[in-house]
Amino acid sequence: MNAKYLKLGFGVVVIAALIIVPMNFNRYGLFILSQWAVMTIAAMGLNLTLGYAGQVSLAQGAFVGIGAYTAAIMTSSGFPLIAALAVAIVLCFAIGWILGYPALRVQHHYLAFVTLAFSTLAFLVFRNEEWLTKGIYGISNIPRPEIFGYPTRRPLPFYYFCLGSLSLVSLAVWWLIRSPWGRAFVALRENPVRALSLGIDTRHYTLMAFAIGSALGGVAGVLYAPLTQYVDPVPFHLSLSLDLLMMVIVGGSGFFFGPFLGAMIAVLLPEWLRFTQGYYLMLYAVAVIGLLIYSPSGILGILDRFIAERRTKAASAKRATATAKLEVTP
Amino acid sequence: MSNLLDLLIAGLATGAIYAIVAVGFTLLWQTSQTINFAQGEFVMLPAFLMLGVLHVGAPFWVAILVGIALSMLLLGLGFKLLLVDPMLRHGVLPLAIATMALAIGIKESAKQFWSAEASPFPSIVPAGDVFILGRAVALQSLGVLAVAVIAVTLLTLLLNRTSIGHQMQAAAQNPTVARIIGVPVERMILLTFLINAFLVALASLLITPIYLAKFSNGEVLGQAAFIAAIVGGFNQIRGAIAGGLLIGVVDNLAAAYVSTQYRAAVPLVLLIAIILFRPQGLLGRPEERTV
Repeated sequence: MNAKYLKLGFGVVVIAALIIVPMNFNRYGLFILSQWAVMTIAAMGLNLTLGYAGQVSLAQGAFVGIGAYTAAIMTSSGFPLIAALAVAIVLCFAIGWILGYPALRVQHHYLAFVTLAFSTLAFLVFRNEEWLTKGIYGISNIPRPEIFGYPTRRPLPFYYFCLGSLSLVSLAVWWLIRSPWGRAFVALRENPVRALSLGIDTRHYTLMAFAIGSALGGVAGVLYAPLTQYVDPVPFHLSLSLDLLMMVIVGGSGFFFGPFLGAMIAVLLPEWLRFTQGYYLMLYAVAVIGLLIYSPSGILGILDRFIAERRTKAASAKRATATAKLEVTP
Repeated sequence: MSNLLDLLIAGLATGAIYAIVAVGFTLLWQTSQTINFAQGEFVMLPAFLMLGVLHVGAPFWVAILVGIALSMLLLGLGFKLLLVDPMLRHGVLPLAIATMALAIGIKESAKQFWSAEASPFPSIVPAGDVFILGRAVALQSLGVLAVAVIAVTLLTLLLNRTSIGHQMQAAAQNPTVARIIGVPVERMILLTFLINAFLVALASLLITPIYLAKFSNGEVLGQAAFIAAIVGGFNQIRGAIAGGLLIGVVDNLAAAYVSTQYRAAVPLVLLIAIILFRPQGLLGRPEERTV
């Protein structure tokens, strides 16, 4: 019981810190934190697909791009952001659903390559369809939304808007992974044949895992567009998909808080490691490889292992004292 | 019509390079279930190693030899000992993700230690045209084709006609039985890593004069090699060769006849179609191990 309160207290402190501490941050600091919130949403989507349902996707960056372009195009022509959000969710859900079909036929690296191909195709469309996306020139002057009449043009209100969106998405995902759906996703990852024989419609859930994960990518994109207020194809290159995959893996795939941690490392660490200059990404790559060798389930995997070990130790200690007592009493 | 022939020759030349890279890729997969997402960066790097040696003032042939030796040491032995061996017990997917991280690392190192700009790279084949049946054909294309054909033929002979080749195949197909009949499986796996490193160094030598040495070369090359390997068949050397040549030709024809903007899309669409309708590849056999 004690541990539960400890966790709850820790959560409250973190949330309070996320609200209070940035109040006197400068524009750039707030931008980075907002970016963290946006990338966390995208990584959470990928974590559903990869971490819970076990389907590899190298296309999450493309969905962020689709969301961002939807928001950019629609809000520039006068629609409210909420309308863009609805369109982006439906669009990404539908495309994600279709992209899931190959997953029904092939697994692992083949799936990685299909999604990789999709990612590159999406990038080509962003770059070449100038009538829609303005090509390499990009769409600029994307307006920031008004939330219940409050303008979010300034960095701090916009950061709160991102943080609020992140909380809503987190609650939704938290509910999802505890619902029968989430259990079905895990069953799918652990043993698809067994899941099928238990009466889970694996076909349906595989497609769902892709569709929901992709839709969250779209949500992140919808927030990304007003954050940067400028959208061009470059950020949605394949490397974004790889980055998002790294975030999920580094944080701990299949752990609820994995994407939060992974996105923090990927977005904030470069800022703290400024002094290393160009060496940062090299260090990052080496660190990721080292981490994967030590613990393929990421940082939270290490923590999880540590806690599990302590629990077994405590349990075996209890058992030892109990058996000792039993031996003494008769 | 004459234009088509030029495109075919140029396509076969780049395709032959893709084929070399794809063959290395499939070799690693067959012997150690390594899906090397850094294969493209593996092709990018040796050119920089050679440039580095040239920079010190060594003649070109020394640079080539040292470059190949270094790449076998780093991308063959080093890759196997430092990354693949410790990762393999975690399974196929974590290993693949680790190679993605490695790709980022290699790319950034090249950018940081050499330059973000493209550097010119000397060609082993002199520039100029030769006239075949009254038509001008770039000597470079022919040279690339010739070297690639020789390399692939030698490799096929090694695998199919020599005792070492048979041992390698045994180690790939059934390590347990291979061990029982006395094949040094570990040594054979190491040998495939060295062969892969040699092949990527060779590909680097052939393609860099065309593309210039640039840290981001690996992205295009890696994708082309993956697509070639999958289209041709992941578990067959001849599949990878056919896939490489096909992708090279399709890529060149698409640039001319579809659109330059979407030339990159055509091989990708081909890839998706193959994966959906014939996942074992054009020449591959269905795989029991995965999929």
